[in-house]
Amino acid sequence: MAMLEIRGLTKHFGGLAAINGIDLDIEEGEIRGVIGPNGAGKTTLFNVISGVYRPTSGVIRFNNEKISGLSPSVIATRGAVRTFQRDAVIHDFDVLRNVTVAGHLHSDQSIIKTLFGDIKGSREKDEEKAMKILEFVGLDHLCHELAANLAHGFQRVLGIAIALATEPRLLMLDEPVAGMNTTETAHMTEVINRLHEEKGMTIMLVEHDMKTVMSICKKVTVIDFGEKLAEGSPSEIMNDPKVIEAYLGAEEIVT
Amino acid sequence: MWKKISGLAIIGIIFCSLPYMVELYRMEVLIVLLFNLILAQSYRLVNTTGDWSLSHIVVMGVGAYSSALITKLLGWPFWLSLPVSGLVTAFIGFLIVFPLLRTIGFGFFIGSFALGEFVRLIWVKFRDPFGGPRGLINIPSAEIGPIDLYQPIPFYYFCLIIAAISIWIMYRIDRSHIGDTFKAIHTDPVLCETIGIRVPRYRAMAFVIGAFFAGIAGALMAHHQGAIDPHNFEATLMVYLIIYVVVGGIETFWGAALGVIVMTVIFEITRPLEEWRPLIAGCILILFLVVMPGGLDVLLPKTMKLFRKIPGIGQLFT
Repeated sequence: MAMLEIRGLTKHFGGLAAINGIDLDIEEGEIRGVIGPNGAGKTTLFNVISGVYRPTSGVIRFNNEKISGLSPSVIATRGAVRTFQRDAVIHDFDVLRNVTVAGHLHSDQSIIKTLFGDIKGSREKDEEKAMKILEFVGLDHLCHELAANLAHGFQRVLGIAIALATEPRLLMLDEPVAGMNTTETAHMTEVINRLHEEKGMTIMLVEHDMKTVMSICKKVTVIDFGEKLAEGSPSEIMNDPKVIEAYLGAEEIVT
Repeated sequence: MWKKISGLAIIGIIFCSLPYMVELYRMEVLIVLLFNLILAQSYRLVNTTGDWSLSHIVVMGVGAYSSALITKLLGWPFWLSLPVSGLVTAFIGFLIVFPLLRTIGFGFFIGSFALGEFVRLIWVKFRDPFGGPRGLINIPSAEIGPIDLYQPIPFYYFCLIIAAISIWIMYRIDRSHIGDTFKAIHTDPVLCETIGIRVPRYRAMAFVIGAFFAGIAGALMAHHQGAIDPHNFEATLMVYLIIYVVVGGIETFWGAALGVIVMTVIFEITRPLEEWRPLIAGCILILFLVVMPGGLDVLLPKTMKLFRKIPGIGQLFT
């Protein structure tokens, strides 16, 4: 049984079908790329899975439980957590505090504990956990820096650290390397690879940058005009005539 | 640790000795200052989630009315009615905020004003039990066991204790994980949703906790004045509350308290011009919005730095 199971997912905006009857299965421990030309419906797919939009029809099951129609926070609590294309960090917090706030699902702080308990002690416990995550993604040296002052690449990595603090079972990355320079892309790619290899994290990523997708993902799904066009290993995808026509071919003409 | 304690001790000594430093007729001002301290800090707590409410004064009025009614009609003692009216206010606060959770920003601002006025008009409309436009009179004065708190000086100390406890609790909340979550919601509610924070729940929580302490302040006020009417909780007073918070700033925890103290001092200095008070307050608000939009508390770290350079006692300010 797949970890994430999508059947016949459709989302209409007015008369426009942004995604149209998509079936998608993601197995536990898999790292899956979702690609497609601009406006193909990748981000909409993400928004529907993470609960930002309600699907018009179709079902999303996560660990055999139906999650379509639930609110984003409930879906995140179930263990499917996404990141954003933009720099989604708490800008006026320092890096460490960004991650401790995100760890709230696994922090033992309640309102009673806040009033009578040892807030300093539990804060230190939360910070210890957060530091481990920051070490993992390689941001520990910046832990007291204000998030707003970080470079774009580091902010995006921090976005992943925030998502990791919720201890997700499925991590959904929305264009993780968009707008990054080569060094930043290399750092990000390394973080994603290590997440997959060392932690066995199930990852689904939407990406524009073909090189990154092909180097990270073992299996790739291609979407065009809201429909699934092809699915397979990177080399199969590269040689699929439909894909070349819809995506790679178009790109060749442009460049 | 010791520095923190000594800092608190200095503030404590100042507040404890204030009644003996001013003329008796100024005691009234000091007592109102304490109400406003609780009120402004509770308002700041609501603001940390980014929700600017225009109903906070009415919420405080709910505390005043409930404590007045509890002691008058039910005959409960003051020490019991004080926390109970806090809880009643928290509950009414929940009823007010619940429909507002679907709104953000400006919608919340206007919606809270409408609901606040709705509550206030209930007081005006219903003579029984709220006394209609003329309000409630003969509210029993505060007393705890054998101690009569009618005299200003004992009442001042009583309020000081309540204010200290309230502000201490709010400080703990501000420093805790929950306080961090409130601030995170202020900055990026969408991100908070996607990491599993139930944003409406936390916004409601901040409003309800704020309402509880506003209710406490209102109850103290009701028993101090002995009479309350709907005019005590008008929108003009809400504007003053906003001025306290804007002048003080909401960046640090103590901003709101600082705003209350500074504005109280300004109002006292300009007491001969009392009729011009709204004008003075308005000018100060505009001045702050233009010159110092962050409020006075952006100066706090800088002043601390200056104080720290004073030889001898400089260490106290770190």
